Amino acid sequence: MRFSGYIPILVVTAALAVVPLVFSSNSLFNFMVMSLIITLAAQGWNILGGVAGQTSFGHALFFGVGCYTAAMLQFHFGVNAWLAFLLAVAAGAAAGFILGFLSFRAGLRGSYFALITLAFAELMRILANASDWTGGAAGLLLKLNPGFSNMQFESRASFLWLALAFVFIGLVISRAIAGSRFGAQLVAVRENEDAARALGVDVLSVKLKAISLSGAITAAAGVLYVQNFLYIDANIGFGVWISIEALLAPLVGGRGLVLGPLIGTFTLHGLGELTKSFAGRIPGIDLMVFAVVLIGVVAFASGGVLGLLRRFAPRLARRIAV
Amino acid sequence: MYSPTILIEAMINGLLTGAIYALIALGLTLVYGVLHIINFAHGAILASAMFAVWGLNVLAGVDPYLAILLLAPVFFCLGYGVQRLVIGPAAKGDDGNILLITLGLSIFIENALLAGFGSDTRSISSDFSFAVVEAGPFLISSPRLVGFAGSLIVTAILWFIMSRTDAGKAIRAVAREKLGASLMGIDVGHVYAVTFGLGCAALAVAAGLLMPTFYVNPRVGGAFVNIAFTIVVLGGMGSIPGAMIGGLLIGLVESLSGLLLGESLGQIGIFIIFILVLLLKPTGLFGAKA
Repeated sequence: MRFSGYIPILVVTAALAVVPLVFSSNSLFNFMVMSLIITLAAQGWNILGGVAGQTSFGHALFFGVGCYTAAMLQFHFGVNAWLAFLLAVAAGAAAGFILGFLSFRAGLRGSYFALITLAFAELMRILANASDWTGGAAGLLLKLNPGFSNMQFESRASFLWLALAFVFIGLVISRAIAGSRFGAQLVAVRENEDAARALGVDVLSVKLKAISLSGAITAAAGVLYVQNFLYIDANIGFGVWISIEALLAPLVGGRGLVLGPLIGTFTLHGLGELTKSFAGRIPGIDLMVFAVVLIGVVAFASGGVLGLLRRFAPRLARRIAV
Repeated sequence: MYSPTILIEAMINGLLTGAIYALIALGLTLVYGVLHIINFAHGAILASAMFAVWGLNVLAGVDPYLAILLLAPVFFCLGYGVQRLVIGPAAKGDDGNILLITLGLSIFIENALLAGFGSDTRSISSDFSFAVVEAGPFLISSPRLVGFAGSLIVTAILWFIMSRTDAGKAIRAVAREKLGASLMGIDVGHVYAVTFGLGCAALAVAAGLLMPTFYVNPRVGGAFVNIAFTIVVLGGMGSIPGAMIGGLLIGLVESLSGLLLGESLGQIGIFIIFILVLLLKPTGLFGAKA
């Protein structure tokens, strides 16, 4: 792997990292933290849905598993936050493996796969909403106790850097996959599963690896959410909203591309904030914009923002769009 | 243990509700059978139909059942237009695209309703909402009985259109062999739009039948659409009798699991059926092919 492929990642991360040094607006920091958490969730989606072409409508499953594993370990057993984080990521990978094992072995593809991911997420939402262990409908509230060892930070800037560090790791993983044999196998599965099998790709095993990795990354985003808000309930953790956010961002940014989720999230949420500042606080107005952007991207720009860049600024695009 | 009276009453109620679920699923399965797409906007379109029924009642005092006569043709035209002007051209024939476009439509419609009406829950209450029919030891809600009858009538009408009219013949031809149908001079784009319109008209009828006993808010479609997906998968994607039987079955399951497990866990039975059918027999009970 040549180092030059990582330069765009370093540049983008560095640019985001200096924001807290230049500006000092807490609302800007909150906007960025939330966008980074969604970016991380979307990076998980992108490995399975973008690179491997298995469209999931239920990534809330992994996000929620991450949220609840981290929250419950800390709440019920007083487990250290960082250890809880590692266990939550492992739980996300396990959830991915189980979902993949069940659905890929049953041969579910396309719409059927989208439906079953949705069904599992909804199933977990109902369970989490009803069980005492998860705090039921009232949710779980973690104790405020700032400090690095608790993964809680008093300054918004510190949390922003933490979230950014995770997104950076996500970018590096995505970039490493893009240049690897595993990545080539995923693309082969996406383009034509039967042809990939004929070429000797172990399709089931490749898909299982992709969904486990995808689940782990999206679960990490769930942990960040919990550590940031110190609160979780079923409609947040397993809610449809995060499934949609995780899917929209890569599509808008550039499906299957390393920087796709990051660019997509910031484009969408930037547009959302802009709309709100023009139209006022009408509920749902930002999501209406998201929906129009989604339909527009599917209809006119299937490569998303990076695809447009490729069309209109091919030299710049060749540098960054991998 | 529950007394037999309560159990039987729950089963009757389940079947009555199930018929309306079946009506909702009917539109979904029709669209799937012909266009081979899963319409994620189905629930949002239902929600907008329910708001239309509610609006007509509150603003103009139109009876919900009367509103059906007005809204069914309106929603047919809306569905025709959406398929012709948005879904068809934007999808460019790719199934994955259609999935995403209908998802986009559902997000748009849901949030447009939210922006327009707020997140409050609204309902229509009249004396008829609480009217009951006594049948021996059982009390049966009259509006649900009307809903049951209405669903059966619409299913019969749809079945008649599909099997006895030229339009139905054209729809079935396109469903079976798109290219062959177009070579015989059938306008495939028109047939797609008519099918989508029929699905939306079925939703308008369902909305009118539901409103006397249900409530509406912008997110109400999600609850129904999950049930409708389950019914369609259970009955076999594209099968009209499958949707009817699947609907009645799911109504029963929901009512009984609600009684035995309580309100919040009640829906779990539906999702477990959904997942099991998808994993074990994705063609459903009446599905022709995978």
